[in-house]
Amino acid sequence: MSGPNDPYDPKQVALLSAEALGDATLNAEKAFADAASLDALREAKTAHLGDRAPVSLARRELGALPPQARADAGRRVNEARKAIQAAYDARELILIAERDERVLRDEAVDVTLPFDRRPRGARHPVAAMFDRVSDLFIGMGYEIAEGPEIEAEWLNFDALNIAPDHPARSMMDTFFVEPPEGGLVLRTHTSPVQARTMLDRREPPIYIAAPGRVFRTDELDATHTPVFSQVEGLVIDKGITMAHLRGTLDHFSKAMFGPEAVTRWRPSYFPFTEPSAEFDVWFPQAKGGPRWIEWGGCGMVNPRVLVACGIDPDVYTGFAFGMGLERALQFRHEATDMRDMVEGDVRFSTAFGMEI
Amino acid sequence: MRVAVSWLGEYLDLSGRSAEEIDTAFVRAGLEVEAVHRPGEGVSGPLVIGRVLSAEELTGFKKPIWYCRVDVGPDHNDESGSRGIVCGAPNVATAEYVVASLPGAVLPGGFAIAARKTYGQVSDGMICSGRELGISDDHSGIIALSAAELPAGVGPGSDAVPVLGLDDVIFELAITPDRGYCFSVRGLARELASSLDVPFRDPASLVTVPAASGEVPHPVVVEDTAGCDRFYARAVRGLNPAAPSPLWMKRRLQAAGVRSISLAVDVTNYLMLELGQPMHAFDRSRVTGPIVVRRARPGERVTTLDGADRAVSTEDLLITDDTGPIGLAAVMGGETTEIGPDTTEVLIEAAHWDPVTVARTARRQKLPSEASKRFERGVDPEMTAVAAEAAVRLLVEYGGAVAEPGVLDLDARAAVEPIRLPVGLASRVVGVEYPRSVVERRLRDVGCTVTTAGEDELWVLPASWRPDLTDPIDLVEEVARLEGYDNIPSILPPTPSSSGLTDDQRRRRTVARALAEAGFVEVLSYPFVSPSIHDAFGLEADDPRRSAVRLANPLSDAEPEMRTSLLPGLLKAAQRNIGRGQRDVALYELGLVFSASGAGPAPRLGVDRRPTDEELAALYAAVPSQPRHVAVVLSGDRDPAGWWGPGRAASWADAIESARVVAAAAGIELSVRRGDLAPWHPGRCAELVVDGRVVGHAGELHPRVVTALELPARTAAMELDLSALPAPRIATAPVISPFPPALLDVALVVDESVPSAEVEKALVEGAGELLESVRLFDVYTGAQVGEGRKSLAFALTFRASDRTLTVEEATTSRDAAITQATKTHGASLRA
Repeated sequence: MSGPNDPYDPKQVALLSAEALGDATLNAEKAFADAASLDALREAKTAHLGDRAPVSLARRELGALPPQARADAGRRVNEARKAIQAAYDARELILIAERDERVLRDEAVDVTLPFDRRPRGARHPVAAMFDRVSDLFIGMGYEIAEGPEIEAEWLNFDALNIAPDHPARSMMDTFFVEPPEGGLVLRTHTSPVQARTMLDRREPPIYIAAPGRVFRTDELDATHTPVFSQVEGLVIDKGITMAHLRGTLDHFSKAMFGPEAVTRWRPSYFPFTEPSAEFDVWFPQAKGGPRWIEWGGCGMVNPRVLVACGIDPDVYTGFAFGMGLERALQFRHEATDMRDMVEGDVRFSTAFGMEI
Repeated sequence: MRVAVSWLGEYLDLSGRSAEEIDTAFVRAGLEVEAVHRPGEGVSGPLVIGRVLSAEELTGFKKPIWYCRVDVGPDHNDESGSRGIVCGAPNVATAEYVVASLPGAVLPGGFAIAARKTYGQVSDGMICSGRELGISDDHSGIIALSAAELPAGVGPGSDAVPVLGLDDVIFELAITPDRGYCFSVRGLARELASSLDVPFRDPASLVTVPAASGEVPHPVVVEDTAGCDRFYARAVRGLNPAAPSPLWMKRRLQAAGVRSISLAVDVTNYLMLELGQPMHAFDRSRVTGPIVVRRARPGERVTTLDGADRAVSTEDLLITDDTGPIGLAAVMGGETTEIGPDTTEVLIEAAHWDPVTVARTARRQKLPSEASKRFERGVDPEMTAVAAEAAVRLLVEYGGAVAEPGVLDLDARAAVEPIRLPVGLASRVVGVEYPRSVVERRLRDVGCTVTTAGEDELWVLPASWRPDLTDPIDLVEEVARLEGYDNIPSILPPTPSSSGLTDDQRRRRTVARALAEAGFVEVLSYPFVSPSIHDAFGLEADDPRRSAVRLANPLSDAEPEMRTSLLPGLLKAAQRNIGRGQRDVALYELGLVFSASGAGPAPRLGVDRRPTDEELAALYAAVPSQPRHVAVVLSGDRDPAGWWGPGRAASWADAIESARVVAAAAGIELSVRRGDLAPWHPGRCAELVVDGRVVGHAGELHPRVVTALELPARTAAMELDLSALPAPRIATAPVISPFPPALLDVALVVDESVPSAEVEKALVEGAGELLESVRLFDVYTGAQVGEGRKSLAFALTFRASDRTLTVEEATTSRDAAITQATKTHGASLRA
């Protein structure tokens, strides 16, 4: 090796020839291209860009050249080195990309593996229906009223114009609390909540919906259950008419069963409303084709009920309506067997999830 | 109420009306059609009247059997002038006319008739019973008819279909309690005619009622005219007790579901169906002395037609003679004066009874008869005379009886006051403008007498058959329904202002969702429980949960109590799921529980005004307290096994954690301390405490409870009183410090009996305000810490809001925390 002050050695200086540098560049480019891995490339880099690489050795010889030759040679060395470096960088990018791709490929997993480590829970569909119905009425400006399930007979019957000997009372198939003359029953409908609301608020306007569990002495079978759920609505205000009742039921039906749903009324009888009607809902999505489905009862609050509950029937009118939620579940969701709704089999509720 | 269309068709023109049209018209009138029966459905081919010429009993068979020669008319007879038919019904031997189905006929159930060889004879058809034709349940014998019963012009070979009413349609209708008069052909025909807008012929108008005479058919005294405001009676004598009821009457009774008994009884039943007036027929020869209608005396008894000897209440109305009670008025007649096979003198009673008295008697005696059903809903008092007269005529015509001229009519009815109806009331309530003329016309349509009482008011006298019309609003309904509910517009009411869900309602919903999101499945179980569950749960004798509300008429005598806890229902649901192969179960329920303490009796208040505040308070106070609970039950694996590794069994800890889920959702702070309450495992039971008050319990169930209820071992449960939770506080936003925390761990050794929560509490108290959080991350027991001791490892995070803590500050705080734990629980730093 020659230092700056060594006498000029033409053999060593030959390293600086254009030819030699060109060869060095070509060799380096070939070596890099041949490197199949980043490790191999690193070795090739040492050979072609390291301290003992031809371009590095050539640079050391520059000092041995006369000044005018040194500039030319210096430029040649730099260009060669730049070219080699560029070849290296390009090859490295490719190899890194290849390696990354390989790593990601090797890390691939079976994403279809189930990961149900946390079991999924569910609301009961009837409870979810309570919430849905409550939200609909809240949206219509109502409030949600509630009351006890063991109720005073007076509130369940008498206050609602069902006198002790009225045939309608025996039709209700009532559970009586022991002793039977003690005046307590399992409420047969959520109507006592209406009575309580009128008695407690005293002054209309009253706009409430009362969802809740009710009880009748029916044996459990596919279509009957002694414990079921209702939602009732009560509106008392000045100037309320049956047209408002129809508008409310139409709106509610559409919200529950789709924009095509409408209601149809059939004259009927309830002691607490007069005039009274039963209503059917047109359900376009019904299994087996669109049809009318019996859903509930409604009517204008009987003035006798208003009097017993302390509201002046000469000033106020009102309407009330009620429908079964299990029934809605039956036709909205094709749940055909009532037993599934009361037995608590997790497969039933889980099928509905959180919302209904 | 079941009624044949052919019967209705006598009082309005139904020719050419399909069953569907009639169905729709009934529904429009407010009468619910429960079923439409077509008795002839399933019958086709030759079904003819036959005359039995001979019936030869065949011997040598296990059962009696007859070979009959039957004249079935020239079109169907063989060359010998009759047909041979084998029949096994004993009454064929004496039958005059029968109904024969001939080869080619098909009977209900697809039963095809063909000639076949049987009992050594060729049977060329079949002689039919009522059941084989699908018109009755009677299979005791074949339908046997006498010549007298056959309609004119009907004989051998005549088509039996019209004779038997097989071409008729029968409607089964549900009658609402206000429409008592629709328990009659008269009422139904009137409603149907009005709904179809065709003329109605009142069956009552076909009977001319004779005026009351001085002579009476039998002496009668009505002592209680409030209970019986009209008593009408007629009599016949010379009745042939063996005279059969005419076939048409039997058919109509059969279509209505009423069994034919004898002419006298059939006539009263028939007229009850036609006119709605229940009547009673006495064998007058068996009545001793005058009939007295009065309330029962203490200790009296009556033997009713059904053979039951009944104790009666002093509220019950009786029909009596010199021998004592001979009938439970308006409900059921008595045995001693019953029509019998030798009765020739019949006293017909048609009375009008007080609905409330009848309802109470029928309920008290558990005797809801056809008569009581009508009287308690209201019967037209004008029908007494009409029905009695019609009965006399039928007994004369078909029973060979002679009518006695005497007419008894004890009429004590009060004058009926008209209803004052503001002309605009219907429009005001319904929301449709009804002109005065429409209101008047519609009220007249339903039989009311309408008079004008000034510009704004009508006086309306309802028809005698509409006792349900008592208030102006009742008249509004008649106008609205006849004008058509379909014509009422659909308008939303003015939008009121709502405050939305209450805090309590919102909390309940959040709790329910949180549990579902935590993997629990919601159940809505029945609240009915067996008292034995308290023993199975191991409750102490004085446990308040034993104080349950009892039902007087439970569905099952085994479950007469209302739940005082949600766990019985949830555990039952868990068992059911496990029994169905669902081994890993996590269930929850939100619902009311019921306490008997302090409940009832509830006062009976009036309804003519609002009760006073005091009355209301007493009423509300009588209603049992019904707090809302939330509960969970866990069994099997809480975390399932999978390709990731083994599962983790549900335990006491999951049950307690579910309470923390509830507390977090409810926005309250819950603390947990050691508890001991049935049905939990005494060493694995936690008390759930809010604001120093126990609101529930959680943990593993007692092994004995698990065994008694046949549940899997280690079943865990939580129950908490949601109603006892305080309202959530309005949360204060925390100060978020941007400075780094100082993290220090400590391991403390304490007695095994010391609850970790207590140690943690001591650390918090001792550490002071620089402590940001503390978390227990390890529990160790073993030789290193010594027998009966455990090591609790806590991670403490210290942080200040205004500076980076120095090492000294953090360690000083930590040491203070340890000092407090040492002081209160003897904790020592683990070596």
